[in-house]
Amino acid sequence: MTIKLMQGNEAVSWGALAAGCKFFAGYPITPSTEIAEMLSRELPKVGGKFIQMEDEIASLAACIGASVGGLKSMTATSGPGFSLMQEHIGYAAMTEIPCVIVNVQRLGPSTGAPTAASQGDVMQARWGTHGDHPIIVISPTTVSQSFDLTVKAFNFSEKYRTPVILLLDEIIGHMREKIDLPDFENVERVERIATNVPAEWYKPYGDSLSDVPPMANFGEGYRYHITGLFHDPMGYPTQRLDEIDPWIERVHRKIYRNLNDISLVEEDWAPTDRTVVLSFGASARSARHAVKLARQNHLKVGSVTMLTIWPFAEEAVARIARTAKRIIVPEMNLGQLALEVERVAGRQKVVRVNRANGEMITPQMILEAIEGR
Amino acid sequence: MPHDEHTAYSYLRPTKKFPNVWCAGCGIGVVMGALIRAIDRLGLDKDQVALVSGIGCTGRMPVYMDFNTIHTTHGRALAFATGLKIARPEMKVIAIMGDGDAVAIGGNHFIHAARRNIGITAIVVNNEIYGMTGGQYSPTTPVNMRASTAPYGNIEPPMPVCDLAIAAGASFVARGTVYHAVELDRLLEQAISKEGFSMVEAVSYCHTGYGRLNKLGSAVDMMRALKDNSVGLIAAQKLTPEERGQKIVRGVLHNVDKTEYTRLYAGLIERAQAQAAK
Repeated sequence: MTIKLMQGNEAVSWGALAAGCKFFAGYPITPSTEIAEMLSRELPKVGGKFIQMEDEIASLAACIGASVGGLKSMTATSGPGFSLMQEHIGYAAMTEIPCVIVNVQRLGPSTGAPTAASQGDVMQARWGTHGDHPIIVISPTTVSQSFDLTVKAFNFSEKYRTPVILLLDEIIGHMREKIDLPDFENVERVERIATNVPAEWYKPYGDSLSDVPPMANFGEGYRYHITGLFHDPMGYPTQRLDEIDPWIERVHRKIYRNLNDISLVEEDWAPTDRTVVLSFGASARSARHAVKLARQNHLKVGSVTMLTIWPFAEEAVARIARTAKRIIVPEMNLGQLALEVERVAGRQKVVRVNRANGEMITPQMILEAIEGR
Repeated sequence: MPHDEHTAYSYLRPTKKFPNVWCAGCGIGVVMGALIRAIDRLGLDKDQVALVSGIGCTGRMPVYMDFNTIHTTHGRALAFATGLKIARPEMKVIAIMGDGDAVAIGGNHFIHAARRNIGITAIVVNNEIYGMTGGQYSPTTPVNMRASTAPYGNIEPPMPVCDLAIAAGASFVARGTVYHAVELDRLLEQAISKEGFSMVEAVSYCHTGYGRLNKLGSAVDMMRALKDNSVGLIAAQKLTPEERGQKIVRGVLHNVDKTEYTRLYAGLIERAQAQAAK
C-alpha cells in the first residue's frame, strides 16, 4: 500500500493497469484527457499499447479489435465522444466482446461546457445505442473508488463478456484526494473464460451453464466468425426466430441472473428512517454530508449510494420504499435516475433535487429537501 | 501448384451454408477467389490470417472463408483492424471493404490507417455504387451516371481511391479489375506480403443496381467493359493523356519501403522500458 494524492482520472488509469489493461485507444477530450495522457506513458512500460485514434468511433473500434486479439482494452471520453461511441457499444454488446468505456461526464448537450460537471449521461449510458441490450454501468464517488471500480469494470467485462461503462463526472475525474494505492499483485483480476475444446468443436456463441460462452482470441487456433448481425451459435448471420429469440434471452439473462454480483449499493439507512437520500457520483458526496447534518438535527434520515447504476438495483430501492416515506434523489441533471426510482417506489414518494448548469448540488440544497422546505 | 477449385474449397467454411448473398454474376466472388489463391500461394497459416470487413455486399465476404473473421460496422473495418493488428502484430490482417464503406463513411479511418502505415492489407472492391441498399450513388460513382438517389445524373466527382491512399502514406497501392483475375491474384499476393499498409483497389461492377439504371447490360457486358476500358500500367505510360482518357489503369501504382507501425511501437516499448529501468 502506498498513500498518494491524485485525481480521479489518475486513479482510473492506475486501476486499469492494476486490472491488467494492455490496450488503450482514445481521442483527446476534456475532462477525460488525463487518462489518455497517463496511459500513453505507463502502458508501454508494462508492454501494453496506446494509440491515439482519429476519432472516438475509431477508438472504441480499435479497443474491440484489440480485445478480440486478447488484450484487455479500455477507452476514455466525455459527452460528445461518448455520443460517437454509441455505435460500438452496441457492437460490443451484440458480439459479446469485453471492453471498458470511461465517460467522464461534462455538461451537455452538444459541446456544452467542457469543464463543467454533469450527470447528464445516465440514460444515454443505458439506452444510447439502438436496440435492446444489457449493459453494466458503474459510477464512483471518490478517487479511491475510481481505482476500485475501474478494476471492477474490467472484471465484470471479462467475466460476463460485455462492454462496461465507468461513469465518472468532471468533479470526481478532476478532484484530488487521498488514496491508498494497493500493490497491484494483490488486486483481484478476472480473466475471460477460455475454451479448451478442440477447434472443430468450438461454438463461439454456444450455450453454456453460465450463459457466458467461452471466448477464443484471434490467432490462437480457433477460427470463427464475429458479426454485428444476429448470429447463430457458430457466429454466422441468421434471421431465424428460433435463433434470435434465444440470443436476446441469453445475453439479458447472463447479466440479470448475476445481479447479486453486479449490483453495488452502499446502504446507510434503517427502517425507522422517514427519509432516504439516494444518489450517485459526486452528488452522493453532498448527499452524505447533508444526511450527516440532518442527523445532527435529530432527523431520521438515511443515505443510499448507487455504485452500480445499470442494471438498476430495483430490489434495494423496493426495500427502501417499503418503510421510507420519501426518497430524495439529487442528481446533476433534470431527473434521470429519479425516473427509475419513481418507477420502483411510486412517484408520490420521490423528491427530486436537480441542477443542470455545471455546478455541484450543495449539501444545503439536499438539506432543504430533507427538511421539507 | 495448380489452383483448381479444390484449393478454393479448402479455404471455404465447411459448416457455413451456401449459396452466398451476392447476385448471380457479381464480381465480388472473383475477388474472393483471388484472395484465396493469393493466400494459398503465400502458404499462410489459416490461424494467423484475420479478415476484417465492414458493411455492404463486399462486407459479407469473410463469413464464407475459413480464417479468423470479423464483420464489423459500416466504414470502421480499418479501425477494428488497427486494434487487432496492434494486439497481434504477427498476424496477417486483411480489411475488405466496398467503395462506400472505405471512402465515404470510412474515409477518415482509411486516410489514417494509410498515414500510420500499419501493417494491414486493405482491399477496396469498387463497384461505383451502394449495392446492398439498392443502387444509391457512392463517392466513386462517375459524373453524370444515374443511381437510385441520382435520378438526374450524379453531379459529384468521384474519389480517386488509389491517389488518396498514396497521398495519405500507404506503402503499397495497386489497382486491378475482376476481369483480370489472374493479375488480381498477383496484386493481392504482393499486397499481403508487404509489411506496411497496402491497398488494392479491385474494380468491379454492379449489374443489378448500377448496370440496370444506366443501361449497361448484363454482368457479362459489364465484365467485358472492364476489359475494354482498362489498360496496364506500362501500356498506359505510352499513351497520351487524351488516349488514356477515362481508362482504368491497372498494376502496382506505388511501392515504397518504410518502417511499419507495430514495428515502430515495439521500439517505443523498448525505449520506455529502458527509461523506466534507469
